Amino acid sequence: MTGPTTINLAMAVTVGVLYTAGFYLLLQRSLMRVLIGVVVLGHGTNLLLQIAGGPPGRAPIVGTGTAETITDPLPQALALTAVVITFALTTYLLALGYRSFVLVGHDEVQDDVEDRRIATQKMPSASLDDDQDHTDEDHTDEAATRQDPS
Amino acid sequence: MLALVLAHLVVAAALPMVSARSRRAAFGVAAILPALTLAWALANAGPALGPGLTSTTAWAPTLGLELSFRLDALALAMIVLVSGIGAVILVYAMGYFGPTSEDATRSAALLLTFAGVMLGLVLADDLLTLYVFWELTSVTSFLLVGQSGEKRENRRAAVQALLVTVLGGLAMLLGFVLLGEAAGTYRISEIVAAPPTGPMVTAALPLILLGAFTKSAQLPFHPWLPAAMVAPTPVSAYLHAASMVKAGVYLVARLSPGFSDLAVWWVPVVVAGLGTMLIGGWRALHQTDLKRVLAFGTVSQLGFLMVLFGAGGRIAALGGIAMLLAHGLFKAPLFMIVGAVEHAAGSRDLRKLSGLRTSMPGLAVAAAVAAASMAGLPPLLGFVGKETAFEAFLGEGGVRGWAIALGLLAGSVLTAAYSARFLWGTFAAKPGVAPTPVHAPGPLTTAPIWLSAAAGLALGIAYPLVDAPAEAYAGPGEYHLALWHGLGLPLLFSAIAIGGGLTVHVLRTRVDRLAKHSPFDAQHGYEGAIAGLERVAVVVTGRVQVGSLPAYLATIIVVVVVLIGPATLFGGAWPVGQPLYHSIIQVPLGLAVAVAALAVVKARRRFTAVLLVGVIGYGVAGLFIVGGAPDLALAQFLVETLSLVAFVFVLRRLPAHFTEQPSPRRAQWFRAGLAAVGGTVVAGVAVVLSAARVAPSSTSADFIALAPDGAGADNVIAAILVDFRALDTVGEIGVLFVAAAGVASLVLATRYDRKGLSASVESGQGSPRHEEDLVG
Repeated sequence: MTGPTTINLAMAVTVGVLYTAGFYLLLQRSLMRVLIGVVVLGHGTNLLLQIAGGPPGRAPIVGTGTAETITDPLPQALALTAVVITFALTTYLLALGYRSFVLVGHDEVQDDVEDRRIATQKMPSASLDDDQDHTDEDHTDEAATRQDPS
Repeated sequence: MLALVLAHLVVAAALPMVSARSRRAAFGVAAILPALTLAWALANAGPALGPGLTSTTAWAPTLGLELSFRLDALALAMIVLVSGIGAVILVYAMGYFGPTSEDATRSAALLLTFAGVMLGLVLADDLLTLYVFWELTSVTSFLLVGQSGEKRENRRAAVQALLVTVLGGLAMLLGFVLLGEAAGTYRISEIVAAPPTGPMVTAALPLILLGAFTKSAQLPFHPWLPAAMVAPTPVSAYLHAASMVKAGVYLVARLSPGFSDLAVWWVPVVVAGLGTMLIGGWRALHQTDLKRVLAFGTVSQLGFLMVLFGAGGRIAALGGIAMLLAHGLFKAPLFMIVGAVEHAAGSRDLRKLSGLRTSMPGLAVAAAVAAASMAGLPPLLGFVGKETAFEAFLGEGGVRGWAIALGLLAGSVLTAAYSARFLWGTFAAKPGVAPTPVHAPGPLTTAPIWLSAAAGLALGIAYPLVDAPAEAYAGPGEYHLALWHGLGLPLLFSAIAIGGGLTVHVLRTRVDRLAKHSPFDAQHGYEGAIAGLERVAVVVTGRVQVGSLPAYLATIIVVVVVLIGPATLFGGAWPVGQPLYHSIIQVPLGLAVAVAALAVVKARRRFTAVLLVGVIGYGVAGLFIVGGAPDLALAQFLVETLSLVAFVFVLRRLPAHFTEQPSPRRAQWFRAGLAAVGGTVVAGVAVVLSAARVAPSSTSADFIALAPDGAGADNVIAAILVDFRALDTVGEIGVLFVAAAGVASLVLATRYDRKGLSASVESGQGSPRHEEDLVG
């Protein structure tokens, strides 16, 4: 097929809604909802990859049509890879959420306590200029450690 | 020349093996290569003083990067310091470090490494090559000052030296890039031969000077050099007197022939140089640690050298080369003398040493020769250099000439004064202090001292030997280096410098009281800067690293919206004649997907949410079919079904509802708004960008044409996945394996816990509610 390959409005809206829902779920604190957000974003992206290949046409199988009537195979191959990778990511995150639930009894993403503590600090807790020293007691004088040359 | 540099590094890497047998032998072996380098350089003195000896090795040809080296007069003079004095100091180190010293192995290897990279620095004829070696010298200096890292003062001094010199080094790199781009070449010899002009050069030169000033301890960056005196004396003598600290001076000397007529070049150099010469000399007058007396003296002399090389003019350049060699040849033996005295008398505090003149007469004579060269007494090389320096600026005349000449005179008075203070402090018998008991140093210690001190005397008398490279660097002319130029103002200035210096020394108790009040303390400036940096770091970390996952993700989405949104809105054109749909079936399918997506957001039950995700997945698969992608649709159907099964397995174990704490309403609205803007931007960008594509890509056309015969597959998708882009698929399978391994380990770990095979894992890291559960 030739001519402009602009995404049609229906598909643009669908992709937009998928991304909106995915972004919103990503910003939640429940690990399960974050995971569902990743899955929804994955769907949106895969769809975007496919429709970026141009308007609908015949399947990209040689013999079913001419090069003009079949769809662009390359974005589809990329999307197929992406579909499978999304699946791997989903199952891994799912197992992670499950493990988190088993360990701590809920699947909520907590704030990092250590980062919160740093945020309340005014002064550095350690400085380059007066680092801790454990060997200052045994002052090994430079002259004492060397041997006489003669 | 590259081979010569690399040979240093290879031998340095092998030195620990020698050191395991004998510590002393390691230094002896290390001294061979610098000695050979000096011999090589002197053997090539003919071409070096003429057109120069060059060699170039391609590094990354496609980027235009090359390792190019050039041996010319200036490089030759520097090699005398780097390799000549280097070899002498390595021999001295044989005696300095004892057979059981724990620092010896590391020091020997690092000193030779340093000799190699410093050689690379002075031979480099390419700005970027020079930069690489420049930073390598900073790193070796850091390691040599830090030593084993067990003593706090070593660590502090090492860090200070590294921070200050690397700060300047990075600025210098920026300057190099600007200069190289302005000139169209990074070859130093070509840049100097045809110096570029323009605003880029005006911006580049101060940045380059910043690098030179930090490396050569110029005001106000000088405190790192006296602090670095905690290093073993051979390190101080070699890196922090004779060679590394001269890198900044060398860089100024290297570029001055091209830029010394620009005010942006000579004004900072002359101001910083004169200021450093005076402050350094003044501070040297109230030090009691002999090494620190010499260190401030080095700071002062580096300022002197900066002025000579940066101010421009042939005679000043002649004096610069003479002083460069003279300084190495008097400062290195003086440092070695301090090391020998510390060995012999157990102290380097000039208040505790007394009567060494009678107990160590040989060293006292050597010290007198070296100090006389420092003070500028005839017939030593220091005198030759200083005479030429005065001649250069008195001959120039005018306000600038006289101002510089008088500044140098004041600096020379201080130089003579601290030379006298050093001699008096080390060797004189002091009233009220008992003569210090000593034991004589061995020949391995004294021979290197004598060799280098005598070289300063010999080159002073045989001044034509220095005049040859000096003239090759500065260019031919009337004036030459000489011991006797007749009676005149320069000779008078030299006499005033000596006389004034001796007067200051006689009045030392009064001067000492005055000198305690230094005009300002740059060390405090450094400490304040570090403390301020650390406070800023705490504040920034607290603001940026808030520890909240939603905050981080929101930041990413905001960046996407802010960067890409306006660019598309203002930069891209909205396509004309965008169709509502390509196939009518797209509308109901798209609608179903959109409704399901919005419903997922509202779902409170986990199972509902997962089912709705399934709806989205199958709906997208349907859209794939409509779009003419059956393979994709098939994969989508299978994956969606598998995902549902996996979800259901996990949901069995989890509570029915999402258990997150309710967020404040405002936060929820903010998230919803941000998500909506983000989604809209993505959709808009997709539309605008998709209009740019008008036909199937040539890549795809090739795939379609080749699939039947090349891959034996009518299905082009299959051909791409398993043939044309098979490596991608292999990578994809790898990802699946990694994920499967991760899932299996996470799930199996839980089963392991359930069987009670490990101790309780309920660590109580969760919410307060959960902890209450545990307690209850």
